[in-house]
Amino acid sequence: MYDIVVIGAGVVGGMIARELTRYQLSVCIIEKQRDVAMGASKANSGIVHAGFDAKEGSLKALLNVRGSEMMADVAKELGVHYKNNGSLVVGFTDEDIQAINGLYERGVKNGVKNLRVLSKEEVKALEPNISDNVIGALHAPTGGIVCPYMLTVASVGNAMDNGAVLKTDFEVTSIEYTNGVYKVSSPTETVEAAYVINAAGVYSDKIAAMAGYGSFTVTPRKGEYMLLDRECGNLVSHTIFKVPTKMGKGILVSPTVDGNLLLGPTSVNIEDKDNVETTKEGIDAIVAGSTVCVDGIPLRSVITSFTGLRAVGDTGDFIIEAAGDHFVNVGGIESPGLSSAPAIAVYVTDLLAKMGMELKKNENFCPTRKIFRAAESKYHKVICRCETISEGEILTAIHTNPGAKDIDGIKRRTRSGMGRCQGGFCMPYVADILARELGTSLLDVTKFGGKSNLLVGKVKEVQA
Amino acid sequence: MKHVDIVIIGGGPAGMAAAVSAYKAGIRDILILERDQHLGGILQQCIHNGFGLHHFGEELTGPEYAWRYEEEVQKLNIPYKLGAMVTDLTADRKVTYISEEDGEVTLDAGAVILAMGCRERSRGALNIPGVRPAGIYTAGTAQRFVNIKGYMPGKNIVILGSGDIGLIMARRMTLEGAKVQAVCELMPYSGGLNRNIVQCLNDFNIPLRLSHTVVQIHGKDRVTGVTIAKVDENRQPIESTREFIECDTLLLSCGLLPENELTKCAGITLDRVTGGAVCDSYRQTSAKGIFSCGNVLHVHDLVDFVSEEAELAGASAAAYVRGELSTNGRVIAVNPTGGVRYTVPQMLYTEGGDVKLFFRVADIYNNVTVRVSDGNNIIFEKKRKKVAPGEMESIALKADILKNINGDNITVTLIKEGEKA
Amino acid sequence: MICIVCPMGCPLSVEKTADGFKVSGNTCPRGEKYAIAECTAPTRTLTSIVPVKGKDMVSVKSSAPLPKEKIFDCVNVLATITLDAPVKVGDIIVKDILGTGVDIVATKNIP
Repeated sequence: MYDIVVIGAGVVGGMIARELTRYQLSVCIIEKQRDVAMGASKANSGIVHAGFDAKEGSLKALLNVRGSEMMADVAKELGVHYKNNGSLVVGFTDEDIQAINGLYERGVKNGVKNLRVLSKEEVKALEPNISDNVIGALHAPTGGIVCPYMLTVASVGNAMDNGAVLKTDFEVTSIEYTNGVYKVSSPTETVEAAYVINAAGVYSDKIAAMAGYGSFTVTPRKGEYMLLDRECGNLVSHTIFKVPTKMGKGILVSPTVDGNLLLGPTSVNIEDKDNVETTKEGIDAIVAGSTVCVDGIPLRSVITSFTGLRAVGDTGDFIIEAAGDHFVNVGGIESPGLSSAPAIAVYVTDLLAKMGMELKKNENFCPTRKIFRAAESKYHKVICRCETISEGEILTAIHTNPGAKDIDGIKRRTRSGMGRCQGGFCMPYVADILARELGTSLLDVTKFGGKSNLLVGKVKEVQA
Repeated sequence: MKHVDIVIIGGGPAGMAAAVSAYKAGIRDILILERDQHLGGILQQCIHNGFGLHHFGEELTGPEYAWRYEEEVQKLNIPYKLGAMVTDLTADRKVTYISEEDGEVTLDAGAVILAMGCRERSRGALNIPGVRPAGIYTAGTAQRFVNIKGYMPGKNIVILGSGDIGLIMARRMTLEGAKVQAVCELMPYSGGLNRNIVQCLNDFNIPLRLSHTVVQIHGKDRVTGVTIAKVDENRQPIESTREFIECDTLLLSCGLLPENELTKCAGITLDRVTGGAVCDSYRQTSAKGIFSCGNVLHVHDLVDFVSEEAELAGASAAAYVRGELSTNGRVIAVNPTGGVRYTVPQMLYTEGGDVKLFFRVADIYNNVTVRVSDGNNIIFEKKRKKVAPGEMESIALKADILKNINGDNITVTLIKEGEKA
Repeated sequence: MICIVCPMGCPLSVEKTADGFKVSGNTCPRGEKYAIAECTAPTRTLTSIVPVKGKDMVSVKSSAPLPKEKIFDCVNVLATITLDAPVKVGDIIVKDILGTGVDIVATKNIP
């Protein structure tokens, strides 16, 4: 029996779990997939928004500005790459400039610091590669970029370092509440807890309904991205947005914390909550949308494309509410969810206190991660050539909370396989190390859990 | 900082041949830095035969070809380090590597030979839409799983790209129990050797779908199929020809890219077409004393030519170390035009002796004349019955021809049948 | 039939005649020889792998070309073999496989 169970190991669930371990509480995080950060947290823009987008007075506005202010410190504590690179909303028409002035005023009301509207010359001085057609821009110096999946890995890991339990491959199929105890079950296991936090991303509406608190719906909104080689990461230094529409902030051009150049996302509402296909139309839209803003994008240097699903709620705002007895919904956390996550965690904890949960300080809480260290020489044995990742780093990823169990888990934690060759060389070696360290056969090594096994059998034993 | 006369980056066929050649030219202070745990590079997993006919006059498998050189490296006691990954190279030849044994070490090299090889084009670089399940591999990754580890990456396979590795893998997977449904090729012709089309596809009734590409990948955890389509003359898929093929694996054999990250580190000038360094007839790059050879310079179709080029680079590096590399005479730029995509070398010297000029063509042509001219005069001509992009061509230019070149550049061009030029 | 003797890839056709075969489409004598061999007794070199206990696979080849129709049978013979290290280049793995007079030999060292 746990004090609290958090459903969903995305950045929101991870940040909440970590926040809760600051108190004397037993916390269990359950996750449908084999690894953490498998939903929107692994496939988004990685932008820490300044906070001028959200409507004044909304939870989004409040938590974005707060979360953005907290991010630098949280990232530092957790050892996650964060960069305060600033952002620009660029305008090409008089209408755009009107909208930019509106964003400026909204930002000031939301409490965003140091906003300025720039002239064409000022924009070009800051970012020479922005299209000559630009006529002005909103400059938000407090905007930043962060590695979204490492923020998730690190927050879940740090929660575990402080006593939280992570159960993966745990797909919730029923939630029962009797005598003040929640029984949260997968087909094979049941977890009991006094409180439940539903942070299940695009599935948060289903989880809420399962518990009998289905008051909202979440629509997956598909966003496709293209990632370019690290040699292109210097094309722009700020995150470059176009003027937002009701479907979101549009296609942006941004460096990532790892030095790649990121283009995207598209924005299409869909029905299937698992549909992360990329499409030709999406790729075409990204190319069209990014090249009007920034000149000289070397599209030949694309190394991968991917899709994420934003969890769009039906209220227009984040849905963070005490839904029933000891049950908190944290749903509809679309953009700026990543930016808001540290503030959401504090907000939810305050909400739990109001609901009667006793919060006694955990004197042993340590805000930094416990990192496994292999023998020093292993850090000089290179496995991934493109990104120069050593066997030591891979061993660290496997043996540090939450340990990587598959190829994609290693890739997210170390960048092994994330470079130009996309794992062509290193993947068989990484598979060998995983099998050895986890004590399994190579045949059991998966790309990302489930039935995503890399290999189908031994030679001369398979039959087509 | 430790000085080494010649540091060779890469212990594959190019690196080993360069080392042996430099040794035979009298240099003893040589070091091969190899990132893998064995010498021989990618040849270790190319277990098929067909190597060495030009160089050794007999047909060898990849591992045997590698062993010929490894034996010689061992016999001559040429020093090498395994598991040594070079992380930095400067134009003044400081080479930094890391290895489990030595940690991080920086060497001061008298000459450097780049022999890092190439890598395969990945799915991301191809931008094939769809999902990201398990079961999508480059042909080379699959080759490693099968030939080195003894595991099958799939049993029901579609191959995209009909380069030689793709063709060879079609046969390997079939022999080991898998079913290869089709090999799709974007171009209207295969980039592979006829011999491989016959012996790897036709022998097993594997269809070669020319002018076809994969337009979508299906499956959630594991690939469950691909949609292919015929392409028009602009290589754009034709919607009405979409066709679903059930499979559990997609192998990609869509071209090789020279691995020139270190070359870029040193600020060496690259050729946009080859993806390798611009070099002179000694295979010296724009950085003095840094030479390049093998697939890192330009992608070869036969390892025999890699060895030949590496021997030249090794001998040149040895001459450079001794201060005897003759770059006398005028520098002549070699410009590819009219159906010639690139040449290697890209520059030569009027007083540099005989030069063998390698080049690739842009399309399949029958009955063409290869013509080299210096603007005023045709200095060389050679007739070819058939040339194809998949087969590297070469012409030998004699020293006395080069001495008489007017101006500072020559063009290499294809004169097609009936065309006046 | 496409000739594979050289990169030309001549399209060959073969007719059976009273005193043997008549090859057309070839542009050199080697093409004729290849075409007749393909029609009478096609052969292929087999390359494959054999497991070595506790080690990576060892690559092997047929010491001479094998009759084409016996290739899969030979693969099946190899499927029954597991070797002990060390294996050296040139070691005979299967002597006179399936009575063809051809040996299967190692093409790699597995120390």
